[in-house]
Amino acid sequence: MMRPVEFREDRCKGCALCMTVCPGEIITMSSRFNTSGYKVVEVRDEVVEECTSCAACALICPDYAVSVWRKPAKAKKGETADVHAG
Amino acid sequence: MSTPGERVLIKGNEAICRGAVDAGCQCFFGYPITPQNDIPEYMSKVMPNLGRVFVQAESEVAAANMLLGAAACGIRAMTSSSSPGISLKQEAISYMGGTELPAVIVNISRGGPGLGDIGPSQGDYYQAVKGGGHGDYRQFVLAPGTVQEAYDLIGKAFDLAFAYRNPVMLLGDAIIGQMMEPVTLGSNKETESNSPDLGWNLTGKGQRDPRLLKSLHLTDGALAGHNLRLRDKYASMEKDVLFENFLVDDAELIVVAFGSIGRIAKSTIRKMRASGKKVGLHRPITLFPFPSRELDKLAAAGKRFLTIEHNLGQMVDDVRLAVRKHADSDFYGQMPGNLPTPEDFEQPILAALGVNS
Amino acid sequence: MKNGKAAFTLPGVLADIPTHYCPGCQHGVAQRLVAECLDELALSEKAICIGSIGCSVFIYNYLKVDSVEAPHGRAPAVATGVKRARPEAAVFTYQGDGDLASIGMAETMHCANRGERVTIVFVNNTVYGMTGGQMAPTTMVGQRTTTCPGGRCADNEGEPIKMTEIIASLGGTAYAARVAVDSVKHVRAAKKAVRRAFEAPLNNLGLGFVEILATCPTNWKMTPVQANKRISEELIPYFPLGTYKNLMGEQAAEGTEVEG
Repeated sequence: MMRPVEFREDRCKGCALCMTVCPGEIITMSSRFNTSGYKVVEVRDEVVEECTSCAACALICPDYAVSVWRKPAKAKKGETADVHAG
Repeated sequence: MSTPGERVLIKGNEAICRGAVDAGCQCFFGYPITPQNDIPEYMSKVMPNLGRVFVQAESEVAAANMLLGAAACGIRAMTSSSSPGISLKQEAISYMGGTELPAVIVNISRGGPGLGDIGPSQGDYYQAVKGGGHGDYRQFVLAPGTVQEAYDLIGKAFDLAFAYRNPVMLLGDAIIGQMMEPVTLGSNKETESNSPDLGWNLTGKGQRDPRLLKSLHLTDGALAGHNLRLRDKYASMEKDVLFENFLVDDAELIVVAFGSIGRIAKSTIRKMRASGKKVGLHRPITLFPFPSRELDKLAAAGKRFLTIEHNLGQMVDDVRLAVRKHADSDFYGQMPGNLPTPEDFEQPILAALGVNS
Repeated sequence: MKNGKAAFTLPGVLADIPTHYCPGCQHGVAQRLVAECLDELALSEKAICIGSIGCSVFIYNYLKVDSVEAPHGRAPAVATGVKRARPEAAVFTYQGDGDLASIGMAETMHCANRGERVTIVFVNNTVYGMTGGQMAPTTMVGQRTTTCPGGRCADNEGEPIKMTEIIASLGGTAYAARVAVDSVKHVRAAKKAVRRAFEAPLNNLGLGFVEILATCPTNWKMTPVQANKRISEELIPYFPLGTYKNLMGEQAAEGTEVEG
């Protein structure tokens, strides 16, 4: 499956700030712990299609744990915006 | 900049400035305090005209930390102050010791403790030599006895600071700072240490890997290793020990005195020699590293010692340690508030010789 | 979609390593914004970073630029020495509230007043973090800390110091702004402010100062989400966001775009 958003689980500290800014509210806390002992967030397969690649999660994340890719060209209008951190 | 061989009549404070300028000092960070005010005043006039930096800092604390910044860039830089202000600089001196930064600090010391007075005193010996700031570090300490030596040693201070990547203090007093003497200028030279890249200094990383200058070592064993390496560096400074021996060969008693007091004691000794007293002078010029080996040699040759200082007795500890295998040292302490004269030391020397006047 | 175009990239000058910060601590965002500006203004090769004491001390582990560690509070004095010694360098400090607004107040104000051509990045989380949550000069009235266990009392400890207002009032300051990173909108605005704080000294106009309100969930004894809410509910009403001084003017600022 093509996933526009991925979390580096080794970096995630489970602070959940990304969950508060995701417009689609598709980020949830998983039941997994990483090697540092933090519970990590995830976007479940059944909702990942709803990701708009807005990168809000990446902008708010203090731990550089989020990677976001744009959807292919024909996708919805929202993604024309430049959502680079700059 | 001085013309080589130029002969002038100047105060010690001005000699220090001219020596620093000739030695390529690029940045001066100062703050007013008596009796060193001639130094920032002179530097404020001269440095900008040479395209160099003069900053009057908001405090001695800030001045010393500005020095830390310039030293981290590998630039020849200095600060000056007097005793109470030097206390405030100790924070940065400790950090510069730990970070191994080449910096020159001038102390035209005055009477203490506390505000003390503005007259000459050698009450800062412990602070200068034993590490006035926190932690296990040493600084090179140079103590001029004449205005000429003040000019010469400030140039040497920069060379040593860069040779060892370590803070160097020039320890004078109100006598050295305020006294006027003829000085031959021009022997201090700017060296390559103002070149842009010394292999460790901050220049902006350009294409190379970033550099980090710090004194924090938290990982297991890191600080121990760092401090042991510093110990070896401090031990290696021994090869740059400087001192003056005057009429010691046939002397029964050797007066040990540094800086202005060493020079005054020399006059006393000259006078007493004329009346047949077998007395000589050992004047440490580097207070750290201390000329312990030379003193040990003199002690082994059967000499007796009298340490004379302008304080309650500080350097005498180092003299006693140095001569301990063969001898001890008497002590005479001149109190601050007066300008000592050669006559002041006659009675103490006669007493140490065991001669009644 | 890893072969697609990235919608978010980390700046190259930022070391891509795990941070030592607690979960939800916004130092991570603050230092990322600094890194983004260093990259965009192409400053990493000529930047010199002055570290401070506090949780911010390890900034040198995260930014791949030449760095020196300053004693507690003295970063603006060290920055002065560095900038005067190397006028061509882009010099900046990264300091917390205890470091900058308490022990380093004199150094900070005089550095600004002289108009040193340096940038001060001030992360204000209203508490001494690294030493275990003691009262800071910016601790809110009523906020409990380990040294004001009953809550800060204005009568005894005074009111929290508003640094950006103070710095903006000084003649040598070219740019001063307060921002937050508690929402996406605020993060974007914060980024612009950090950039301006770098541009002001680069344009030889004076000191650039940016205060970033940030969370300390550990010492606030809150979850990261609760702490983040506190920014808008308690901190921003007392520490209003905005540009307090800008000698560049928005137009001038826009005209100073640098490659990168």
